[in-house]
Amino acid sequence: MDNFELVILLLDATLRTSTPLILAALAGMFSERSGTINLALEGMMLGGAFSAAAVAYYVGNPWIGLLAAIGTTICLSLLHGFACITHKGNQVVSGMAINILMSGLTALVGIALFAQGGKTPSLDHGSRFQPITLPGADAVADVPVLGSIYSELLSGHNILVYVAFLAVPAAWWVMYRTRFGLRLRAVGENPGAVDTAGIGVVAMRYRAVMCSGVLVGMSGAYLSTAQGASFLQDMTAGKGYIALAAMVFGKWRPFPALFACLLFGFLDAAATRMQGVILPGIGEVPVQLVQALPYVLTVVLLAGFIGRATPPKSLGRPYVKER
Amino acid sequence: MSDTMHQMHGAGETGAVQPAIELRGIDKRFGAVHANKSIDLKVEKGTIHGIVGENGAGKSTLMSILYGFYQADAGTIHVDGRLCDIKGSEDAIAVGIGMVHQHFMLVEPFTVLENVILGVEGGAILREGVDKAREELRRLEREYSLDVNPDAIVGDLSVGLQQRIEILKALYRGAEILILDEPTGVLTPQEADHLFRILETLKQQGKTVVLITHKLREIMAATDNVSVMRQGEMVAHRKTAETSPEELSELMVGRKVLLRLEKGEAAPAATVLEVDNLCVETSQGVRKVKNASFSVRAGEIVGIAGVSGNGQSELLEALGGIRAVTEGQVLLNGLDVTPGRGVDAAELRKRGVAHVPEDRHRMAMVTSFSAKEAAILGYEDDATYQKGIFLNWHAISDATEHMMSEFDVRPNDPDLKAANFSGGNQQKLVLAREIMRDPELLLVGQPTRGVDIGAIEFIHKRIVAMRDAGKAVLLVSVELDEIMSLADRILVMCDGSIIGEVSAAEANERVLGLMMAGVDPHEAKAAEGSA
Amino acid sequence: MSDTVQLPRWIDVGALPLLNLLLALIVSGLVVLAIGESPTQVVEILLYGAFGYEEAWGYTLYYTTNFIFTGLAFAVAFHCGLFNIGAEGQAYVGGLGVVLAALYLDFLPFPIMLIVAILAAAVFGAAWAYIPAYLQARRGSHVVITTIMFNFIASSLMVYLLVNVLRPQGSMTPESEQIAEHLRLPFIHDIAAGLGLEMASSPLNLSFVYALVCSVLVWLFIWHTRWGYAIRTVGANAVAATYAGIEPGRYIIMAMMISGALSAFMALNEVMGVQHRLLIDFTAGYGFVGIAVALMGRNHPFGIFLAALLFGMLYQGGAELSFEIPTISNDMVVVIQGLVILFTGAMEHMFRPRVTRIYTAWHLRRRAQEAA
Repeated sequence: MDNFELVILLLDATLRTSTPLILAALAGMFSERSGTINLALEGMMLGGAFSAAAVAYYVGNPWIGLLAAIGTTICLSLLHGFACITHKGNQVVSGMAINILMSGLTALVGIALFAQGGKTPSLDHGSRFQPITLPGADAVADVPVLGSIYSELLSGHNILVYVAFLAVPAAWWVMYRTRFGLRLRAVGENPGAVDTAGIGVVAMRYRAVMCSGVLVGMSGAYLSTAQGASFLQDMTAGKGYIALAAMVFGKWRPFPALFACLLFGFLDAAATRMQGVILPGIGEVPVQLVQALPYVLTVVLLAGFIGRATPPKSLGRPYVKER
Repeated sequence: MSDTMHQMHGAGETGAVQPAIELRGIDKRFGAVHANKSIDLKVEKGTIHGIVGENGAGKSTLMSILYGFYQADAGTIHVDGRLCDIKGSEDAIAVGIGMVHQHFMLVEPFTVLENVILGVEGGAILREGVDKAREELRRLEREYSLDVNPDAIVGDLSVGLQQRIEILKALYRGAEILILDEPTGVLTPQEADHLFRILETLKQQGKTVVLITHKLREIMAATDNVSVMRQGEMVAHRKTAETSPEELSELMVGRKVLLRLEKGEAAPAATVLEVDNLCVETSQGVRKVKNASFSVRAGEIVGIAGVSGNGQSELLEALGGIRAVTEGQVLLNGLDVTPGRGVDAAELRKRGVAHVPEDRHRMAMVTSFSAKEAAILGYEDDATYQKGIFLNWHAISDATEHMMSEFDVRPNDPDLKAANFSGGNQQKLVLAREIMRDPELLLVGQPTRGVDIGAIEFIHKRIVAMRDAGKAVLLVSVELDEIMSLADRILVMCDGSIIGEVSAAEANERVLGLMMAGVDPHEAKAAEGSA
Repeated sequence: MSDTVQLPRWIDVGALPLLNLLLALIVSGLVVLAIGESPTQVVEILLYGAFGYEEAWGYTLYYTTNFIFTGLAFAVAFHCGLFNIGAEGQAYVGGLGVVLAALYLDFLPFPIMLIVAILAAAVFGAAWAYIPAYLQARRGSHVVITTIMFNFIASSLMVYLLVNVLRPQGSMTPESEQIAEHLRLPFIHDIAAGLGLEMASSPLNLSFVYALVCSVLVWLFIWHTRWGYAIRTVGANAVAATYAGIEPGRYIIMAMMISGALSAFMALNEVMGVQHRLLIDFTAGYGFVGIAVALMGRNHPFGIFLAALLFGMLYQGGAELSFEIPTISNDMVVVIQGLVILFTGAMEHMFRPRVTRIYTAWHLRRRAQEAA
């Protein structure tokens, strides 16, 4: 039973570590399926995390913090859109600019507001998202196997974890079953077709990056007000890029991206538990190897060794009407 | 503008039928380019109306304005007699205008159905609209015999079918007026015939069709009325039955066209290029050139005719070393130079193969480079351009100036950006670069595409001069006139195969046209003989 | 078929970037205002910090050295149409090359060591850039994503090596052993002292001179050799390159490897010149600054030098700033850096059409007047 408990704990941690990745990967998907590269996930996540923590601290309510995070990331999405869609600027460069800008700005504003070396003050109980006990979790806790799966693995997470997992089918439905999704996918493949169908390409792409902003804002808020209890300088530590990798790994599709996020989340969760563990027959696995695995896997995928990842055809190309 | 305008009176008068489209004084500039100069046009309801003009005459711009893709600087658009303010495609669709663009506006990974409903989904949730759309599509398909599988992925369909989807898209949106921009450029002759039958059906159902083309044959065959554009101006309106191809072509170019270039007899000597059983495949494995065999001798121009997209481009690119050859052999002066087997474009150049590619902007030059940088493309390794390990920009500049004066490239400024030259001058610079190296073999594709009339004559003369200097020339062109006036022997390609050869003397549009449509050369000649 | 007149060089490479830079600085000033400090005071302190006293110059140029290398690195790849976001990782791995050479070949005399270290940095940096380059050239994997991934992979790899392999026995800090004293790059103030000149001590070392040499070499390579010509052709129009017999893949790999080597030269400054050992994360984001520097310098070595100097000044002045105004940390410099990339890189097209239009109108009018 010991090993079973261990597995449950590991999977439980996986759910927590993959949550921000899922939200951010979906965010990236909305943007990129509409043709706008979003390297700015990292910076937007940081901005969201900072706003959520700072506002939740002042107001004492995580929901207002979440709204602030989403507001911030929508503004950043609009900035990205202004550079890439309106001014047809380079999308990679704009993304990098936002990442660097937010890395500096969150620290700068944090120091100016709180004077704690870029950290925001710790949030108390009521200013954070708290674990939710699913109905009947306590009652079935003693049922072997299924009971502990329900009560320990599925129950006891904060609301954003559940939101993230529900966001995946929701995103799929929006993407493949609605008019908005049809147009969004069309504009990322052939904006000319959308334009001649009488739909504004620019407006469509703006809407897509704003969806991206909403999702990545939640991801940021999760880091600082649900998983953690304050904002720390550069606390995303590359999660935005991992989410991007997961999106690419999932071939710009919601469910495969979810799978990739779970895989990368699992590796993350495992890495912290692998320190000094000696696996039979293998010996000690360097924790850095496990940490690097998501990146290595993504490169291997991009190299076309495990299936082909075909990005949307107009990804990265600003729309210019042909003469 | 001395031509008599075929004025159609009646607009505004009570009881008269309003024209489907009336354009008044449409004017459009792109920076310094005056694309449309105060254009007037009337298209009568229930007719097929052709608009002809050379490349760059402003036809596509005019139609893009009508479809709301661009805004006119001045002028008004009236549809069914009502003044319409068309600010975007959605406004055009709303007044019943549909357009089939030259480059299809389709989302390739989508199904036919998804493409058709894009923009008119009939509700925020797709399911609501899809069933209705399926039904409507079936009706349209029946009515106009436009059969396509609504669940097929568009990217998998042939070009002809994709064009049908474009027409379906317009009809689904309730188009009463259908604009087709150069619809046959990418079609096989059979597909083109089918298209014209569809257009005829549309007309019978009361739709109005505007057909933009530069092919006079199509105008004569398919239209009721025709308008001619030249250099941004509308120069004439005619009833098709009352005009002739000769008159139209004269109107198009503004003076009598020299259909035959003054040139002497060819004096073919030794074989320079020998192509044996050549096959070329795309990276997706589609066979584009099928077992082509032919030869080109010194002192002759061999022309390759065919509808665009029948493998000529791939053949030319393979011979230029840009595409690998899948099967077969290429011999240059008896030596094996089969591209892809250790031979690339650079190697071919060194052996005396010059190549003027079909697509100037995409391939022949880097438009952001200066003229002198553009003038060494492909020859940057040449010893005369080097000084030790460095490029000798003085020598390059001098060489460029020499090229420019020799080929009358204006302005003669080696430091000017290539993008700032006109199409004709860019093409002359490319020709100069390739010809002045004194190659053994000149491969040249669409030498006068997008080139002004003055430059066309110059370019044709230089190509003939190459032949007279005892060089081998292989010419690929989709312009039959160009092929017939330049080539000494004509090969016709259809669906990747060379289906026959015609000497310049026995070539005429009818024989070539039949062969381009895949008819066996003997039958084609026989048909011609009996006609 | 030109709509407009070609802009004269002074507008194209001078006025427009300056206009964008100005906008970035104005927005930075607004950020300073927003956190309740005075922009003029900040500028004053920045300038004083960067140039106000003798040592400051040395520090400014020491930072400049890093930025020249990473700026050149970005530019060379950019000329080939590639975004090399991987300068951080390439420099990091380059540092490994330098430190391995210096630690294991410590018997070599300094002049030979200098060459060996340059080669080691180049080989390691180029090798790290080779994989993404190869994948881009031969398998079509997008170099932006792969180089980002390679930054993280480099980071993990180097932590592993520093913790498990390079760390001297008994030491708790994950860093390598010190480089022998005679193998370190001489400081400029020491060189000056040798020539009888007195200079304040600073980390500025011989690698600054090498950075200038590299600038000239890059300029010659890109604009005055056929390989540079080929790289630019591939970057501007890969189809035309193929037509010309220039195989794009080959030059993509060449440009990326040169780019990687240039990034790695940063390690000469940091590892061999200043820290004298391999530290965790010694690249400290300098690789990303290279993007800003190259974009601002319009990918020309001279522009890159000026932009690197500006950023050197900001970095050095920023350190002074956090000292003088506690509410403003040197994160301010990161903010400015982000804004510079945003305005000179991503929004470079914001002013161009307008300026072009104004210039065209002015030009046409003047021509009309001349004609009259």
